[in-house]
Amino acid sequence: MAKEFFAGKLADVINWGRKFSLFQYPFVTACCAMEYMATMGPRYDLARFGAEIPRFSPRQADFIMIVGTVTERQAPILKRVYEQLAEPKWVVAFGVCASSGGFYQNYAAVPGIDQIIPVDVYIPGCPPRPEQVLDGLIMLQDLVQRGQGLSYERLRREHEKIKALKAARA
Amino acid sequence: MSQLALAKLKEAFPREVLATSDYRGDETATIAREHVKAVCRFLRDDPDLQFDLPVDLTCVDYLGEEPRFEVVYHLYSTTKRHRIRLKARVPEDDPALDSVADVWPGFNWSEREAYDMYGVRFVGHPDLRRILLYPEFVGHPLRKDYPKEGRQPLVRREDPPQ
Ligand code: SF4
Repeated sequence: MAKEFFAGKLADVINWGRKFSLFQYPFVTACCAMEYMATMGPRYDLARFGAEIPRFSPRQADFIMIVGTVTERQAPILKRVYEQLAEPKWVVAFGVCASSGGFYQNYAAVPGIDQIIPVDVYIPGCPPRPEQVLDGLIMLQDLVQRGQGLSYERLRREHEKIKALKAARA
Repeated sequence: MSQLALAKLKEAFPREVLATSDYRGDETATIAREHVKAVCRFLRDDPDLQFDLPVDLTCVDYLGEEPRFEVVYHLYSTTKRHRIRLKARVPEDDPALDSVADVWPGFNWSEREAYDMYGVRFVGHPDLRRILLYPEFVGHPLRKDYPKEGRQPLVRREDPPQ
């Protein structure tokens, strides 16, 4: 009982620390990049939320931000980058192109990156205002604090699968 | 605007030039597709014309007309400062014409793009592969009879959200 209580408290503390030191991997593909830069700049200053360091290796990042249109040709690259992110990981779709394909209803654009990878936070707008991006980041921080996220869910599912396999073998 | 380029072109190729127009100084010549390469050589090498800058090469799909496709060339002369537009019609059953990538290497990628999007073959092109789309793609998406949302995905999740 006491052990569990302290383990829970410890997880809270770790999540609290994680929440304010999110390293991001910007997967920047299109015009939304301008708004991303504005958000990173001194006026809106994403650094206030502890997410100021873009890492250009997915292995060093906590979450990936897909900023812009993803084409069918790029989709395998995005999937590979996502798979290289270290667990636990989160995904933010920045702008309507990443969220749903936006106005690109054609042969080239993916109709929303959630067709390829699971998305935790969607930020609407074409492009979203920096305030919306900050709002999205705060939503992401909430998820991190609560220890939630689609990558946790996937891990849990996989653990259960392994458990079931082990039980079947025993 | 000088009408020089069109006049010289008509003089040198009286039969190969099918039609010309110069609406508001936009000099345009329609050429039979067999002679595109000779005309381009002439435009580049003639000392009065010197079209040395390949601005753009693209294609238009006139679905329902015959010949169906029209390849369009835009040229500019950086020394003489004039422009010309060439057009050549290509039929649907044999969409091919001579490559001018060896006349202006700058048209190499433009021809690949026209091939990728419209399926027009440029005979004699050094490396006629798809340039924007992936090799697995079937068909040519800017043809008017290609379905608008004819996606050909490379990857998809097993459990995409509804
Ligand atoms: S959402 Fe709008 S601004 Fe952002 S990448 Fe798409 S088209 Fe560009």
